[in-house]
Amino acid sequence: MAVLIDNDTRLAVAGITGREGSFHTLGNRRYGTNVVGGVTPGKGGQDVEGIPVFDSWADAARETQPNTAMIFVPPRFAADAILEAAAAGVELVIAITEGIPAHDELRVYNTLKRDFPGTRLIGPNCPGILSPGKANVGIIPASFFKEGNVGVVSRSGTLTYQIGNEIAQAGFGNSSIVGIGGDPVPGSSFVDIIELFEADEQTELIVLSGEIGGSAEEEAADYIAEHVSKPVVAYIAGFTAPAGKQMGHAGAIVSGSSGTAAAKAQALEAKGVRVGRTPTEVAELAVQILRG
Amino acid sequence: MDLLEYQGKQLFARHGLEVSSGKAVTNIEDAVAAATEVGYPVVVKAQVLIGGRGKAGGVKLAADEEQARTHASNMLGMDIHGHTVRKLWIEHASDIATEYYASVLLDRSAKQPLLMFSTEGGMDIEEVAEKTPEKLIRHHVDALAGLSREEAVKIATDGGADADVIEGVADALVALYEVWIQEDATLAEINPLIVTPERKVKALDAKVSLDGNALYRHPENQGLSDVENEDPIERRAKEQGVQYVALDGDIGILGNGAGLVMSTLDVVAQAGGRPANFLDAGGGSDAAKVKQAVELILSNESVKAVLFNIFGGITRCDEVAKGLIAAFEDLGAGGKSIPFVVRLDGTNDVEGRRLLEDAALPNVHAARTMNEAAERVVALARGDAS
Repeated sequence: MAVLIDNDTRLAVAGITGREGSFHTLGNRRYGTNVVGGVTPGKGGQDVEGIPVFDSWADAARETQPNTAMIFVPPRFAADAILEAAAAGVELVIAITEGIPAHDELRVYNTLKRDFPGTRLIGPNCPGILSPGKANVGIIPASFFKEGNVGVVSRSGTLTYQIGNEIAQAGFGNSSIVGIGGDPVPGSSFVDIIELFEADEQTELIVLSGEIGGSAEEEAADYIAEHVSKPVVAYIAGFTAPAGKQMGHAGAIVSGSSGTAAAKAQALEAKGVRVGRTPTEVAELAVQILRG
Repeated sequence: MDLLEYQGKQLFARHGLEVSSGKAVTNIEDAVAAATEVGYPVVVKAQVLIGGRGKAGGVKLAADEEQARTHASNMLGMDIHGHTVRKLWIEHASDIATEYYASVLLDRSAKQPLLMFSTEGGMDIEEVAEKTPEKLIRHHVDALAGLSREEAVKIATDGGADADVIEGVADALVALYEVWIQEDATLAEINPLIVTPERKVKALDAKVSLDGNALYRHPENQGLSDVENEDPIERRAKEQGVQYVALDGDIGILGNGAGLVMSTLDVVAQAGGRPANFLDAGGGSDAAKVKQAVELILSNESVKAVLFNIFGGITRCDEVAKGLIAAFEDLGAGGKSIPFVVRLDGTNDVEGRRLLEDAALPNVHAARTMNEAAERVVALARGDAS
């Protein structure tokens, strides 16, 4: 089954004619993702290796019926691209773009909630989603992962690869890997994705990879205790991060005494989630549970 | 990006918030001249990005020139919790009848702006929230609709502001929200928001953080922030577009991806080491960028050993290896005395490892796993034989 993307995914890409956009779109297509179109204003009528390009999301939606959008445009255009895709009726928007202003993210989140409740946003500032053996949307290096029963949800890309690869080396695969991104106002939270994994038949174990800043991990802990029957193991990065310093991701910052890694790990452990001290330990915990 | 008090006040004034006129100065003579200009009594305020400066002696009242001179000379160069005072803000002293508190911040959990108001001004607001939560009004503003004047009046009323200044407080709240929205702030705080004996509402302090990702919309704000007190390597990294955070240890760290780098710091700390920096070389860095990053790390004289922790996704391990080799070619013998531990995994890892092996760089050690790499680099930083 996997979550969010699979063999039924019909992908269209905002920013398909850009260098990064075309490179990763074609990579996704080689993996087997059904890429139906792209959007670049002013370049309608062109194509990227046979993928038709449209001037607007309305045109792309009418001509190619995408159910998934990937956003690769620069930060200052990204908010409008997301909303345009939603207005065209696309149900899933995956925003890779890093560096979108926080206020734009607030506007997008609240506009989607009010005007387009049927659209789910993943990201921004995320590596995308991979459902091994089915589809890849984004920049996750698919060759490290194979199909299996571990669902991964993470705020960080490379950390996901690190943990996922260690699980893969032990012989296990993934149902889906979902990067929710490192920004302060993500479209989807840990809770949103864990809910999907809990309902997904293929997923038997969930790995949550969090980091400093905000309270999404604490909220996930409460949700897991109430609603999740599947085993969850977690990792939190940033125990040594000083307060008040942004650690790479816009959302990775300890503000005063809130958002620390220690508080997040404690909140998860208090609800029975096992938290590994290193990425290797998380993988070991996962493998231990999978082997029964 | 955090602003100094006086920079925050300048933003406030731009949006119609009442503040005292004053001057920012960097030496004693200018401080005295500024005091004469704004008129005694004046307040001499150290401009540092850290709380608790009042208790540390960083805020003083001066009734005349002699006192202004004494306070300025005491404060300039003073250390306040690790921040050196390089700038003073001199403003005319305000008469205070009452002190309130007001702020707007981004509530990441609710995904809405949060406006807070309290009549318990001049106190640590986290303490007010904890001990007397009923005295702190927390109001979520609809991010799409904005803050209406009616809402602001209700907040001031519910918060217990004096009846005769409800209008003035509401004006201040509306202006503060405007600062937050129009300047792309993540925090705009006034503590205290004072009422003068003439019943004027005025911002006596300012704490503002701006969103670095939105600076392209605000060219006039780009020169703000506490440039003189920034770590010089952090400043250079910013100019080069590299994500670098200075830490106080002796092990230089380079990785790709913010999460993996944060995790690397933790694993090094668990192995008993102390990281000297956070450096995210970013996705898809090429050899030139890696070389530049090595130079940044080594420009910190505390660094005794360096750890490269790469899990290549879009970053190619062969490019990382080339960057390291190029850095060694240019750095000369000085750089070579510092040991490197390199862990390369992921895209083109075999090629990357082979390049390093062939280059046979002195003092570069390969490690296969993140944990092994961390232990190795900690031992090397301690000076243990490799």
